Amino acid sequence: MQIHSPEFKENARIALHNEPLQAALGQFKFGFPVNRARAIANLPEFETLRDHARDLKNHIIQNLDIYLEQFEQQVTANGGHVHWCSTAEDARQAILDICQHVGAKTVTKGKSMVSEEINLNDYLEANGIEPVETDLGEYILQLRGDHPSHIIAPAIHLNVDDVADTFHEHHHRPRSDDPQTLMKEAREVLRKKFVSADVGITGANFLVAETGSTIIVTNEGNGDLTQTLPKTHIVISSIEKVVPNLEDMSLFLRLLARSSTGQEFTVYNTLSTGPRRPDDQDGPENFHVVLVDNGRSDMVGTDFQDMLRCIRCAACMNHCPVYGAVGGHSYGWVYPGPMGSVLTPQMIGIDKSAHLPNASTACGKCQEVCPVRIPLPKLMRHWREKEFEQHLTPSTVRWGLAGWAFFAKRPALYRWLARSSAWFMRRMAGKKGRISKLPMAGGWTDWREMPAPQGATFMDQWKKRQSGDQS
Amino acid sequence: MSKTAIFNKIRRGLKRGAPSAEQTAAALARIQSRKPELVPARSQLDHPGQIELFRSMSSQAAAKLIDLDSLTQLPEKVAEWMQHQGFTELVSANESWLNELDWAPLNNISRTCRVAQSGDNVSLTGCMAGIAETGTLMLHSGGNSPTTLNFLPDCHLVVLRESQIVGCYEDAWAMLRQNHPDSLPRTVNMITGPSRSADIGQKLQMGAHGPCELVIFLVKEAH
Repeated sequence: MQIHSPEFKENARIALHNEPLQAALGQFKFGFPVNRARAIANLPEFETLRDHARDLKNHIIQNLDIYLEQFEQQVTANGGHVHWCSTAEDARQAILDICQHVGAKTVTKGKSMVSEEINLNDYLEANGIEPVETDLGEYILQLRGDHPSHIIAPAIHLNVDDVADTFHEHHHRPRSDDPQTLMKEAREVLRKKFVSADVGITGANFLVAETGSTIIVTNEGNGDLTQTLPKTHIVISSIEKVVPNLEDMSLFLRLLARSSTGQEFTVYNTLSTGPRRPDDQDGPENFHVVLVDNGRSDMVGTDFQDMLRCIRCAACMNHCPVYGAVGGHSYGWVYPGPMGSVLTPQMIGIDKSAHLPNASTACGKCQEVCPVRIPLPKLMRHWREKEFEQHLTPSTVRWGLAGWAFFAKRPALYRWLARSSAWFMRRMAGKKGRISKLPMAGGWTDWREMPAPQGATFMDQWKKRQSGDQS
Repeated sequence: MSKTAIFNKIRRGLKRGAPSAEQTAAALARIQSRKPELVPARSQLDHPGQIELFRSMSSQAAAKLIDLDSLTQLPEKVAEWMQHQGFTELVSANESWLNELDWAPLNNISRTCRVAQSGDNVSLTGCMAGIAETGTLMLHSGGNSPTTLNFLPDCHLVVLRESQIVGCYEDAWAMLRQNHPDSLPRTVNMITGPSRSADIGQKLQMGAHGPCELVIFLVKEAH
């Protein structure tokens, strides 16, 4: 996927004026967050489970090499293969090699954000292999030449009308705007693809060291058809997804569905362990796991290590006021919302993504809902510090900060300035006490009025109060 | 080699070299301990309570429940359901306990034991367990029960005996390990209701790629 993160500000401005997008986002607020609240109200242990999940993830990171080694041994013992990939390039190559080795012409794909991260589809196409997205949302996007705007609901930015137009154009059938009819259409078209594909690629939510299993969590069942029908199943996943055993996996499963879609449990939780057994009548003959690092191991032992706990539930973006206003595409790369604002700089560089950790109101809602308690606002602040250290902060911000620092270091002058600007703003506001236009603050006053400061400054009030207390 | 490079970076980050023998042994013991994490209290009930919980949770997930007084009623109840839906072909798992039943009540409905194909309307399988906590069925691949039966047909009929109902996921893992001590079956499917998607206009629709209907034939057993 092309990187558009440097254009975040322009993207956001356009998104705010995009009426269909705003309609979709308006609806979005009443979906996932409401369902999540209902689901966790039904599970009294939810908060304690979050603590356990945080601690278990921390334990896993401390023993990451051991658990990964064990996972590989078990995959191999079951007749599968593990491919270790440091970079996106390595991972693309490993997958292409497997596909070419089995003479693949078409590949069906379950939803995988890691495959977006390594830009797999373009690479396969360039090498003469047709990738077919089978998750309904991803399929719609592929037909439109579009990209996911959300990590679990990729087509959340589209309305029914958009899908109706897209299917009408590509399926050559009468246009319908009934969601049930549209879904049936996609079901019929994709069925043929499932059956004829040579290779099926899925992601993985967790990798189980005990058994060498990978697990996918889906509602549609596309991931299951993707891995059951073709002769070769390739799992693409990243190194931080390993868990010690099935009991540990269950802990995360209890948190995942509730945090993301607000379901008690996702419809299909499917474990894959090696290729088909001698007496199996169906299932893949080859089983490959492509393990991607792509910058994750660099986060171990740094300020950003906590981010490796992420289980990709999307609760942070579902509750983020910035995401809710501008949508996922504004972020300009694969991972949007608060988790993306922490991950993207790690993967594409802070020089190309410095707007993202700044696109935060610091409201803390993301941290409040994170099932593994990642301190996302703190991690975004760390990126802002790095941005400043590397002199990437725009000169207006640097001058602004320098100007503020000049006054802040001279308290008498600071107080005089605060007092006189409050007086000046009160004069500007006139009788109604609100300012409708303020120089250099158009971002505020273009949309709403600025209330004028009331009464004395904080410092003056404080001083008065202290002396009052003493008397 | 990538693996070495990745491990080196992880170890540098952890400020240690290769793990000590003690650390490795501790992690391996952690894997083998199979100690349940926190298990929600909701499923810690007596068996009749777990059956009730399974019924309400699976219904909440939009699965349909049909009660049987005994397994011998299955052919008749399946025939009834299929006639009502207007289906004439049943693709079935090749389990001996299914084959031993008297399928005469099916009349002109055919029952074939094979893998599922595109275009099949109805499949019939057993399952390993029903998990009360969330009304989830656990199935796994095996010579007699091809996995395509669970996903390709439009309707999936599953036979569940009351004695197969357990409280939580951990109980089902224990059962699975007991049945397969050396390595897990190729696939284990936890299924909670029929397939669905809200990818079109954020409107939840049943029947995305997997079965549009999940029907559970719940067989009563003496306690």
